[in-house]
Amino acid sequence: MSKPIVQIKRLHKSFGDVEVLKGIDLTVNEGEVVCLIGASGSGKSTLIRCVNHLETPTSGDIIVDGVDLEDPKTDLNLMREEMGMVFQQFNLFQHLTVKKNIMMAPVDRKRMTKEEAEKKAIELLKMVGLLDKKDVYPRQLSGGQQQRVAIARSLAMNPKLMLFDEPTSALDPKMTGEVLQIMKKLAQDGMTMIVVTHEMGFARDVADRIFYLENGIIAEEGAPAQIFTNPQYEGTREFLRHTNLNV
Amino acid sequence: MELGRVVTELTPFLFQGLWMTIWVSLVSIVIAFFLGLISCLFGISRIKPLQLISRFYVWIMRGTPFIVQLFIIKYGVPQLGQMVYEDFKVGIVTAAIATLSLNAGAYMSEIFRGAIQAVDPGQMEAARSLGLSRTRAMIKVILPQALKISIPTLANQFIITIKDSSLAQVIGLPEMFQQAKIYVGNTFLSFGSYVYVGVWYLVIITILSFFIKRIERKQQREQANSTNQKTA
Repeated sequence: MSKPIVQIKRLHKSFGDVEVLKGIDLTVNEGEVVCLIGASGSGKSTLIRCVNHLETPTSGDIIVDGVDLEDPKTDLNLMREEMGMVFQQFNLFQHLTVKKNIMMAPVDRKRMTKEEAEKKAIELLKMVGLLDKKDVYPRQLSGGQQQRVAIARSLAMNPKLMLFDEPTSALDPKMTGEVLQIMKKLAQDGMTMIVVTHEMGFARDVADRIFYLENGIIAEEGAPAQIFTNPQYEGTREFLRHTNLNV
Repeated sequence: MELGRVVTELTPFLFQGLWMTIWVSLVSIVIAFFLGLISCLFGISRIKPLQLISRFYVWIMRGTPFIVQLFIIKYGVPQLGQMVYEDFKVGIVTAAIATLSLNAGAYMSEIFRGAIQAVDPGQMEAARSLGLSRTRAMIKVILPQALKISIPTLANQFIITIKDSSLAQVIGLPEMFQQAKIYVGNTFLSFGSYVYVGVWYLVIITILSFFIKRIERKQQREQANSTNQKTA
C-alpha cells in the first residue's frame, strides 16, 4: 500500500515569464486516489500534465515507478504507457471508430496483437457499458459516452496509474454522474489515480487524500474528512464555501 | 465567324489535346501531392536544415511566375546539364510535368501545413499520452485527419493545375490550347476557336467543381452533426 508510485520533488513550471508551479512536493502511493482541487489558474492542470510530461517541467524531479522522468536517458514514450490520461475534452481520435480508438495504442506500441487488442477493447467497452457503440465514430456519441470511451482507451494499455484532468468539466450533471461512477469503480478496484476535479462530492467520497492548490503551491493537504469539515487554511475554507457538495 | 465550322473541324483536335491536358495534369498533381507532403513534413520537423529546405522550396515556387519556372526547366536546366553531358535534353512533356508538379507541390505543402494546424491539438496530446512518439502520432492520428480536411483545397489545386497546363503550350506541349492555336494559325478563325477551347476548359472545371462542392457539403454536414451532439 505505501509503495510510492509518483514522487514529485521541488517542481517548478513557467510559461514565459509566468511561473505557474512554484515548488510542488507530492507523493502518491500505489492504490491511492489523490484529488487536486483549487480555483482555475491555480496550476492543478499544469501539475497533472507535468506528471506524464505533456508539459516539460522547468525544474524539479518527477519519479514514476522508480524512474526519473527528468533523466535524458529515460524513454518518455515507454513511461507514458504506464500512465493513462483522460482529458477534459475527451480527445477521442475522430477518424477512428470507438473500438479502433481503444485498439490503436496497444497495437501500435506492440503491446498486443490485433486479436488481443480487440478482445481487450470489447472487455473494456463492456465495463463502461458501451459495447453496442463499438463501431460508431466519436462524433456520434454524447459527451459522457465519449469520455467513457476515453477512459476505456487509456485502460487498454494496462496502466499502473491514471491521470484525470477535469474529466467531467465539459459534461452536464447526468453525464457527469455516468463518468464519475466508472471512476469510482476504478478506484474500488485499486487503481492509483490522480484526479483534477471540481466535483467536490467525488473528492469527498473517493479520494484518500486531497490537495488544495493556490497560486502554484500546495496550500493544504489532508484526508477528505479534514479538508471538508475542518480546513486549516483560510484559502481552502474560502474556496469550499463557493462550491456545493450535493452530488 | 463560322462557329459551326470551328466546332466540326476543331473538335477532333481538341479531343487529342484533352487527353494530353488531363494526362499531364493528373500525373503532375499526383507527384505534387507527394512533393507537398514531404515538403510539409520537412517544414514541421524539428530538424533545422529540413525546415530550411521546405521554406526555400515554397519561397522560390510561390515567388516566381509559372512561365519563368517552365522556361528555366525546359531551356535553362539543359544548358546546365550539357556542361556535364553533351546531349542532355529535357523533353516537352517532362518539362511540363516537372514544372507543374514542383509548382503545385509548393502550394500543397502550404495546404497540408494549414490542415495539420487545423487538427485539434488535443489529438496529438491524446496520442502522446498513450505512448506514441511524435512521428507515430503524426502518421496514425494527425495525417489521416489533416488529409481529409485538405481534400476540397487539394481538389481546387487540381483545377489550378489543369488551367496552368495550358501555359505549357509555349514550350510546345500538344494540349488543348496548343491545338486551338495551331488551328487558328491555319484558318485565322480566332474568335470562334479561342472561345470554343475556353468552353472546353469551363466544362471540365465545372464538372470537377461539382464534385468538390459535394465533398465540402458532406464535410460540413459531419461537422454540424458533431457540434449538435456536443451541445445536446
